[in-house]
Amino acid sequence: MSESSQNLPGTPLSEKDFQDGLILHSYDEMQARYAWDTGTAIGSYLAALKEGFLLGGRCSTCRRTVIPPRVVCEWCFRPMDEYVPLQDTGTVNTYSLCYVTWDVQRIREPEIPAVIEIDGASPLHGILHKLGEVDPQQVRIGMRVRAVWKEPAERQGAITDILYFKPIEEA
Amino acid sequence: MNERVAVVGVGWSGFRPVSPDLSYKEMMYAAAVRAYQDAGVDPRRDVQSFITVAEDFHEGTSIFDEYTPDQLGAVLKPMHTISGDGLHGLATGYMLIQTGQFSLVAIEGHSKASNILTLPQITAYAQDPVVNRPLGLNSDFIAGLEMNRYLYESGATLEQCASVVVKNRGNALRNPSAPYGADLEIGEALGGPRLAWPLNQRQAAVHADGAIVMVLASEQVARSLTAQPVWVLGVGWCNDSYALEYRNWSQAVYAREAARLAYRQAGIRHPTQAIDFAEVDDTYAYKELQSLEALGLFRSGEAGPATEQLATAADGELPVNVSGGSLGMGNLLDATGLGRALEVVLQLRGQAGARQLNNVSTGLAQSWRGVPTASGAVAVFSN
Amino acid sequence: MAMRKVAVVGAGMTRFVRRAQETARELTWQATHQALDSCGLTLDDVEAVCMGTAPDAFDGVHMKGEYLSDGAGAWRKPYMRSYVGGGTGVFVPIQGWYHVASGMFDVCLVVAEEKMSSFYPHAQAAFLTIFDHTTERPLKPNLLWIFALEMNRYMQTYGISKADIARVAVKNKRNAADHPSALLGDKNITVEDVLNSEVLAWPVNRLDVSPVTDGAVALVLAAEHVAQRITDKPVWIEGVGWSLDTAYWTNRDLAYPRYVEQAARMAYDMAGIREPRKEINIVEPYDPFDYKELHHLEGLLLADRGQAPQLLADGVTERTGNMPVCPSGGLLGVGNPIAAAGLMKIAELFWQLRGEAGARQVPGQPKRGLAQAWGDLMQVGTVVIMGR
Repeated sequence: MSESSQNLPGTPLSEKDFQDGLILHSYDEMQARYAWDTGTAIGSYLAALKEGFLLGGRCSTCRRTVIPPRVVCEWCFRPMDEYVPLQDTGTVNTYSLCYVTWDVQRIREPEIPAVIEIDGASPLHGILHKLGEVDPQQVRIGMRVRAVWKEPAERQGAITDILYFKPIEEA
Repeated sequence: MNERVAVVGVGWSGFRPVSPDLSYKEMMYAAAVRAYQDAGVDPRRDVQSFITVAEDFHEGTSIFDEYTPDQLGAVLKPMHTISGDGLHGLATGYMLIQTGQFSLVAIEGHSKASNILTLPQITAYAQDPVVNRPLGLNSDFIAGLEMNRYLYESGATLEQCASVVVKNRGNALRNPSAPYGADLEIGEALGGPRLAWPLNQRQAAVHADGAIVMVLASEQVARSLTAQPVWVLGVGWCNDSYALEYRNWSQAVYAREAARLAYRQAGIRHPTQAIDFAEVDDTYAYKELQSLEALGLFRSGEAGPATEQLATAADGELPVNVSGGSLGMGNLLDATGLGRALEVVLQLRGQAGARQLNNVSTGLAQSWRGVPTASGAVAVFSN
Repeated sequence: MAMRKVAVVGAGMTRFVRRAQETARELTWQATHQALDSCGLTLDDVEAVCMGTAPDAFDGVHMKGEYLSDGAGAWRKPYMRSYVGGGTGVFVPIQGWYHVASGMFDVCLVVAEEKMSSFYPHAQAAFLTIFDHTTERPLKPNLLWIFALEMNRYMQTYGISKADIARVAVKNKRNAADHPSALLGDKNITVEDVLNSEVLAWPVNRLDVSPVTDGAVALVLAAEHVAQRITDKPVWIEGVGWSLDTAYWTNRDLAYPRYVEQAARMAYDMAGIREPRKEINIVEPYDPFDYKELHHLEGLLLADRGQAPQLLADGVTERTGNMPVCPSGGLLGVGNPIAAAGLMKIAELFWQLRGEAGARQVPGQPKRGLAQAWGDLMQVGTVVIMGR
């Protein structure tokens, strides 16, 4: 493939071409709405969130405690029907300071997504959530954190019933 | 390489209009655990490759492939997704085994149509975004156009299409897994709300939820697992033009070409003699007639009269859609072809209960991906 | 066990651009046309077509594979689309491989296309929907999150610095200056440039990331007896491997891509490779973010865990080094039209192993190359080993 760029197909356009009205295009917005059945395992997880606690599952074959719960252990392919209430504290496994929202808006104060290993679950078993009430520059892998919950009346049975996780104060 | 391939296990969950007690993962697991039990295999230890058929917009998740391994026992194994019908998945499994590198493969497909709140809109998003979609038509119009032309060229009648509905929904009454069994008269099948004339709603399969898993094995492994392997004699698939503007509006060319590929592998020169029974596409009632002709099971224009004369009834010369087809079992989205194949396998094993056909040795399953596609697949099985 | 040999006999690609005037089908056609031309074949010679393309959400077209079929030459032919997220570009040649190795087809077209620019306001927003709809999406996660989380874990676990990682972006963007299709080739970029670029999601900076891109690539695969007639320089597919890890990505350690190792082992076994570090002459690992190249080199068992940065620092991975990595310029340099990007790496190996890579040519007549892609939620490894 020793051709020059000129010979290759593919015509680049710029945003300006669109703004200047030079490009014929059509615009549409998708109507894509779903109502996903949560089933037994996630349904139980969500119900627990509404009650104000984190629920895990346990596989008696490989003896892992996982979160979120699931009806089958993906390693053993054995049914997992033991639900285990977990604590709402954990350890930051990894985190980021994100200055861009999902729809590409710039923000001043970073969102702090993190994978938090939940106390009571097996090591390296955590959930995705966000950190709050913390100076972004102080966040560390290994930091101990606790969930901050919505008021009971405001909870819906969703992962957002936890507002964020914040650092646990040193005793 | 070129060892024969057999179905050694089947399992399913469903089929029903809604399935609120099961998440899609739980439904897939329910089908998988039954299929593996049926095959006598442990997926973690024995199954070497996994294939799932799915479309992102049917799931409401991009890269749906992500969410497939855990509930099938496929974690950290060779697994991939085919954006196609279940029979495309089956053909893929067949090819994998024929490479000689795999001897036990699992295929999965499911439908959670009940969870898609805007299914007609999403189906419309499969139409060409620039030249077709702006017309703002419910995609069934494409089936209406095709049905109209098919009737015109083949001479088939509305009553003959209606007789497909009567037959299939009647057959479904004897299928404990089929939700839409009904004892209809031709007049009832012709009546009811319009859809896209000449198509009326009762001629369009209603959706259902469900999951199906099949386990395929190479001949050597199959013989060690079961005394009743169901051989896959041949597979074929084909895409005709996607563009509506270039379509052949009366013939299911994709089905004709898919069948040609499958028959060639199966060594079938005369399908009418070789095929004992068939499970074919009836997403819309006319499709059964059109597909039968494309498959070479009836000459052009003859499927309609033959159906009317009960040649394709359960006790006819060529039973078609004894399971109830999509009209009876429900439109299972991408799993539809696996639904057709499931019945063929059960019949060939003698496990079809009240629907059991006598003395069948070769069955054909055929599927279509639905509007607006011209894409489908065929598989031929024998016991 | 005797396996039917499959070769790549032709390849073609479009330029990779930020936003192409061509529609997705036109891009597909252009690449397919180029690939057929490159080996003097026509559609009549093609027996089956395999398509790889990633999220339908980018195009706002449901069943996107069907929409693209005409452009890929699939009229009245057996056609299937495979889809394993970002891994697709290196999976679709595997799909082509099993089409031919099964004995069902002798000549198969393998096509990968992506037109991400259709999605407004920015293709990145479409990635919201890859996250679990119930347990994660309500948090409004961002594609950058998952990479940043992994990058941070990787850095922390092995004590790797951003500067160590930035060297990958520099190497690849410099390499890409020699690629005619490249979007981001830059002969003069430095580590400082990367470190000073805008922080998107710490530790990820703008120049650590490959951009949203449109493009298409196509290959022609043929069975041995046919390949010999088409070209005197067939490039054989010697090994393939793929592996999909659990969707529960927060239940895993992100510091090591074990799914890449699984895929690599499968491919090495098939190719009969015992000492990959000695036997692989060129590596094209997937580099959507710079740290990924290092992460994947370790998963491919081409570097010890945490040690890939040392290879980079020692110059081993330069084009003139002992184990050139991403001589094409990779995704960071050429661009990242998801599925097409992976297939671009296969095309690169095809040209490199035939001595046709022009200014990018790795010296010393390389005999064997490995291409790898990654995808899904840090889940999929796809590997292809090619050789002369």
